[in-house]
This record gives sequence, C-alpha cells and structure tokens, in this order.
Amino acid sequence: MSDEEDIILAELSDDELVPQMHDDLYDGLKEEIEEGVNILLGRGWTPYDVLTKALVEGMRIVGIDFRDGILFVPEVLLAANAMKGGMKILKPLLVETGAPRLGNMVIGTVKGDIHDIGKNLVTMMMEGAGFEVRDLGINNPVENYIDAMEEGEIDILGMSALLTTTMPYMKVVIDTMVEKGMRDDYIVLVGGAPLNEEFGKAIGADAYCRDAAVAVETAKELMAKKHNQMSA
Amino acid sequence: MSEKLMNLLADRGFLLADGATGTNLFNMGLEAGEAPEMWNDQHPDRIRALYQNAVDAGSDLFLTNSFGGNASRLKLHNAQSRARELSRIAAEIGREVADTTDRPIIVAGSMGPTGDIMEPVGTLSHASAVEIFEEQATGLLEGGADVLWVETISAPEEFAAAAEAIANVGASWVGTMSFDTAGRTMMGVTSSAMVEMVKGLKHQPLGFGANCGVGASDLLRTVLGFRDAGADLPIVAKGNAGIPKYHDGHIHYDGTPELMGEYAVMARNCGAKIIGGCCGTLPDHLRAMRKALDTQPVGDAPSLEEIVARMGAFSSESDGTGDEPAPTRQRRRRRG
Repeated sequence: MSDEEDIILAELSDDELVPQMHDDLYDGLKEEIEEGVNILLGRGWTPYDVLTKALVEGMRIVGIDFRDGILFVPEVLLAANAMKGGMKILKPLLVETGAPRLGNMVIGTVKGDIHDIGKNLVTMMMEGAGFEVRDLGINNPVENYIDAMEEGEIDILGMSALLTTTMPYMKVVIDTMVEKGMRDDYIVLVGGAPLNEEFGKAIGADAYCRDAAVAVETAKELMAKKHNQMSA
Repeated sequence: MSEKLMNLLADRGFLLADGATGTNLFNMGLEAGEAPEMWNDQHPDRIRALYQNAVDAGSDLFLTNSFGGNASRLKLHNAQSRARELSRIAAEIGREVADTTDRPIIVAGSMGPTGDIMEPVGTLSHASAVEIFEEQATGLLEGGADVLWVETISAPEEFAAAAEAIANVGASWVGTMSFDTAGRTMMGVTSSAMVEMVKGLKHQPLGFGANCGVGASDLLRTVLGFRDAGADLPIVAKGNAGIPKYHDGHIHYDGTPELMGEYAVMARNCGAKIIGGCCGTLPDHLRAMRKALDTQPVGDAPSLEEIVARMGAFSSESDGTGDEPAPTRQRRRRRG
C-alpha cells in the first residue's frame, strides 16, 4: 500500500481527500488532519460536514478496529490526538454556525477508585465521535455527578470503575438519581474491566459498555432513541 | 537474594503463590477509596493476617501490600512522599510472617503500575518512571523483601522502566503483565511479544508471566502462548478466581475453590512454574489449589479445546499469536 510519491492534500479532490483524511486519522497524523480540515473549510464545506464526514467517520473506523482487536490503545490515543487537532479548528466555527450537537456527557471514575486510563480513553473516543464531554476525573462522590448533571444540559452520565470494591458505588449514584426523580432524564452508561452486562442491568444502568468503541456506539444508539421518543 | 526463590523452585519443581490482596482486605473492612497501602501503617495486624492467611493456606510465596505504593498512585491520596516508607513497612510485616514460619516462604515486594501512560502517547517520561519505581524498590528492599515483583503491567515501556529501576538497586525480580484485551495487554502486547520483550531486557527477571486479566481460560491460553514462543524463564500464572458477579450489593467472583484447584493443575500442565491467584482468590481457593497441585500428577498441556471445556469460553477468538493472519484493514495509501 505504500506510495513513493508525496501526497499533496490540496491537490486531491473532495472525493479523494476525505478518505485520505480517514487514513491519516487512522495513522494519527495530526498536522495532516489540521491541513485537511482547513482545506475543506476553504472549499466551502460547513464545519458540521467537516466534523461528521471527515473526522467522526474516520474515528468510527478507528473505533471499529479497536473493538475488533486490530488497533490497540497506543494507536487509538494517537488517532484521538490527531482528531483533537482538527476539533480545535472546528469547535469555535461549530458554535458560530449553530451546528447540531450529538450530545453532552458527564464522565468520571466513581468514589474510591483512582483508575483513569479507561475513562480517559472513553472521553477521547466520545469527543472523537463529536460528543461534548465533561470529565470529572477520579474518585467522585455522588454529589459530583449530581451537581454536574444539574448544572448543564447533560444527556449522558458515564461512570467508570476498575475495582470490584468500587463497582457497587455506581448503584449508589443511580439510586440517588432515582430518589431525586432525575434518573429517566439521563442515559447512564457504565464501564470498567471487572464489570459485565449482568452487573449493568442489576444496578439499573442503561448499558454496560465493554470498551470505548462500544461506549460510543451505545451512546449514539441511545441518543437516537431518546430523540425519537421526544418527538413521538 | 535471588538464590532463595530459585533454590526453592528447584527444590519443589513448582511454587504456589498467593491470592488476592484487594478482595481479602475489602473483606477485612477496607473502605472503597482508601489506599490499601495506608493499612501497612494504620492496621499492621490486618496486613499480617492477610499474609498469614496465605501462608496458612499453603502459599510458598506471597506479595506485599504495596501494589499502589508508588509515588504516582499515592499522589491521588496526597501521600506521594510516603512511597518508600509504606513500601518498606509492607515488606517488614511480610518479613516477620515469613521468619516465624517453619518452612521457607518468599516475600515478594509487589510493584504495580504507575497508572500513567508513558511517552510518546502519554505524559510519563522514561526517566520519571524509573525514578518512581526505584524509590518503591528501595523501600521494599529496606523492609526485607526477598525478591521484587512487578505486576499488572500493560505497556512494554513501563515494564522496561521497572526493570531498569530494579537493576539500579541491584535486586532480582519477577514481572507479570495483565492480558485483558482480546488476549493481549491493554497496550496490545501479545503473549509471544512479551517473551521477545523480556528476552531483550538487560536486567533479566527470574521469571515472568501473566496476572489478573479476564478469567482462567484466557490466562491459560496466555501461558500456552509463552511456552509456544520459546520462553526459557520460569513462567508465572496468577489468574482471577473467575468472573466478578454482583449479588445484593456485593461483588463476588464466581470461581469456586474446586475450579481454582483445577485451574492450578492446568496452569502447571501448560508450563507454569509459579502458580497463584489474583482478584477474588481467597484462602479457601488457595487451599484447594495447594491440595490439587500436591495430589495430582503433572500431565500433558491441555489443548485450547480442553481449556474451554473445563474452564469456560475465551473472551476473544484469537489472542494475536499463532499462524492465523492478524486481521488488518485495507488501506488506501500508507504514509507518515
């Protein structure tokens, strides 16, 4: 697949440039992604189209290969980093043009748990998919989640735990949401190495997500369902 | 120091290591959110009990309560300045337990990951990682650890940093990685890649292997992968006691003592020399493992099909080793 010739992005047609950007994202080439974003904007593309057709679609492919065990964390981190470079250019333009947002998420590792690599990965992949993510960091008591959800227009709550000793705290958070009558307003996703689907169901989460790629797919799916219900 | 572990291994042919630290401490009342290492100082009696329970259940070797006792992890509890001290105490208590036991017991100084991602994808530099590990290693040696025991590592860079730190303090060591992602570590290392990586280390460990991960089946497949890749150092197998299940507000692992006994024998048949448990492994499991290993003869290595039949399905179809071509993505043009 190697090509001796240098690829000049600006000389590619839109139909060639977009798949090339998907490949460049896959390879974690940040400067090339930034260049590609600027070229498409210069050709009159809307920021939203650049985001969804070039970047989000590229990250979707990265996500699939991560899920399927073709790519691993180091490659995904590099791809997410390249994506971030493109997002930095697009973000102010998206706000300016009032582009639709895919959804807002609050995420954090639960109280007692200080692991954050998995959570950070989900954050990056969610951002890569075009979601806005507020990362609460590690060791979060229930108040942190509730406050964050009450503060802003949040659609999704994500909780992470890497210890069997801290997994049960997810239920404390969900139970508190139920008590406050706010549970049904949010999509609750849980994840972490020792969790499984059965556990997710048992504590009343909407879904357990095996890895960051599944988290993104699940978030998209449940957001679509939520929109449908709202318009129904 | 290195002679002690190797002599005991040569003498016995295999060694039974210990089980879980977290699960056992939680059962003793550790609150979620507390750093277990604080108990070395606050509740030495409970840490002594943790070690003693493993010894009484038949373990030849136990790991100190210092998994998260490095400055990077302790920083999350504002205790980064205590890495050396808390690690030292963890080993001191271990030394006491070992020295008051009337058979040889190895005190292995546990060193877990920093929790940070290393450069270039992450922020932790090689030099900082070496410094962090060296500080902890120093404390563990001061406390009287017989050997240092690096575990649950995902990144080869971090494994190498630990090796270098341990070389700096002149200690012998054992190192294991956690294969929890489709048969690989989170960073994508296969069992065969680990064998190659370990061979390339300047400061060779006494043994290497796998700990934690997904379940007994996956762990055994990883051990077979080590063997097939031509591992010439003793192999360590420390798998979890099944899969965690949620029950009435509590988590418990579904692996029974009987299953863990069977796992231990199979691990030995796969070629492992140091066999233990990880998360969820309680003294009852260890007793069953001791009994099974002592009463059952060494047999042929099981096939993958036999592992599935007796321990359950693998978490992924392939583990990235063997002859089957690795899945790839058809690309347009590669560059960069």
